Amino acid sequence: MPMSHVDEQTLLQDLLTDPDRFFEQVVLYYEQRLFTFALRLSGSYEEAQEITQDAFVRAYQALTTYSTEQVRNLALRSWLYQIVLNVARNRLRKRQRLPFCISLEEAGSDSAEEPASAPVEEGPEARAEARERLLLLERALLTLPLIYREVVILRHIEGLSYPELARLLNQPVGTVKARVHRGLAQLRQVLVDHHAREVLYD
Amino acid sequence: MIERQSCSLSQARRLVRELRTPQREALPPPKLRSYVLFRVGLADGYLRFSSPIGPVFVALNTCGISALERAEDASSFEARFRATFGRAIFPLEHDEAPAWTRQIEAALQTGQAPNLPFDLRSCSPFEQAVLYKALMIPRGEVRPYAWVAREIGQPRAVRAVGNALARNPIPLLIPCHRVVRSDYRLGNYSLGGSFNKRALLQAEGVDLALLEQLASRGVRYLGSTTTHVYCFPTCPYARRIAPEHRRPLSSPAEATRLGYRPCQHCRPAPPSGQGPDFAR
Repeated sequence: MPMSHVDEQTLLQDLLTDPDRFFEQVVLYYEQRLFTFALRLSGSYEEAQEITQDAFVRAYQALTTYSTEQVRNLALRSWLYQIVLNVARNRLRKRQRLPFCISLEEAGSDSAEEPASAPVEEGPEARAEARERLLLLERALLTLPLIYREVVILRHIEGLSYPELARLLNQPVGTVKARVHRGLAQLRQVLVDHHAREVLYD
Repeated sequence: MIERQSCSLSQARRLVRELRTPQREALPPPKLRSYVLFRVGLADGYLRFSSPIGPVFVALNTCGISALERAEDASSFEARFRATFGRAIFPLEHDEAPAWTRQIEAALQTGQAPNLPFDLRSCSPFEQAVLYKALMIPRGEVRPYAWVAREIGQPRAVRAVGNALARNPIPLLIPCHRVVRSDYRLGNYSLGGSFNKRALLQAEGVDLALLEQLASRGVRYLGSTTTHVYCFPTCPYARRIAPEHRRPLSSPAEATRLGYRPCQHCRPAPPSGQGPDFAR
């Protein structure tokens, strides 16, 4: 359920009157997005669960110390992404680059073993293929260093604007743009290197 | 056979954007929200335990135990909890609960809850004082409502004490069943009426027949002719008085007149002996 900015404004208003009830709404509205973000960052369902939980708890703790003025000026969505990112960075650093080692070959090998001329049943076949593509993409994304992965995800999957991203990362817009560009270039290289033709050319 | 085609940057961008569509396996676990709210204290979890009066639900949060109810129907318990406390509630697994919850089982069986944390935020300061005082009554003993009122420094608030105990959100663990009327009639009980109150006290070893027999003769206290100390009849020191040294007493005033001093364990009167005659 994507949330429009109108809802975000309503949420901020609610926060000023009843922080506790507001927070439950925040969790309700953002859990899907933040969890998906954490999942793309970490590549692990359990890790994403922990990251999202920790991030929400930190957000609540921070909110209880904020003044009315601070709350009113909060860019809620990117503020929450920022917290998730910080939690994820800390946790992933501890895990010592574990998710980066996932091999693309593994993902590719399954489909290669399937007979190329399998009987065509349009519906499920096409759906399985689409899933295969997404899985391969996810794995490719996980091979990027975190510094590139996070900006590619935030810009192109979560759809944050460059100014939003610059504020979130506390970096100049130019730097952020360059990172996104390099991230995409690396991703392309990963895909090309692994001859991931079925993903690249449909 | 392998065609080396280049993959442009815009193609990579387009591909990454395909991941915008959320997939089924990317859905957050259904309990995530409950855990978050639990961890920040905005929601309670509950566990099921067996107790001397049958299965019960125990609701708890990061501050402590917030409620106890007989377990009949989980959904109506959840609805009542939400209406009473205004917080979300969800079923916990025992291995997800805080470590101290492991004491609950024993506390329910033994009737002693020495180190359990309680969340009495929903109660007024007066109610909290009453409940914490009730918590200090040991298993196997009973005290009058008037005793609780006197002990918390509100000797005239006997009826208010009764109301506060009736509203006890955590019966059994906070043993409001150990508070009875001054004439040792049992009085009401929120968790299934006086029938359960009687059963609980008997299970804890309170000699209700003796209490009723004493009460019918107007006896409220027992003194020892050897030590000249007087007690509530359920006090362990009263139970140790040999029958031939047992002196029945009807009021602290009578006891004081006969040269008896109040027991320091069950405190039938303030230690000075100068306190108000709360038996009236």
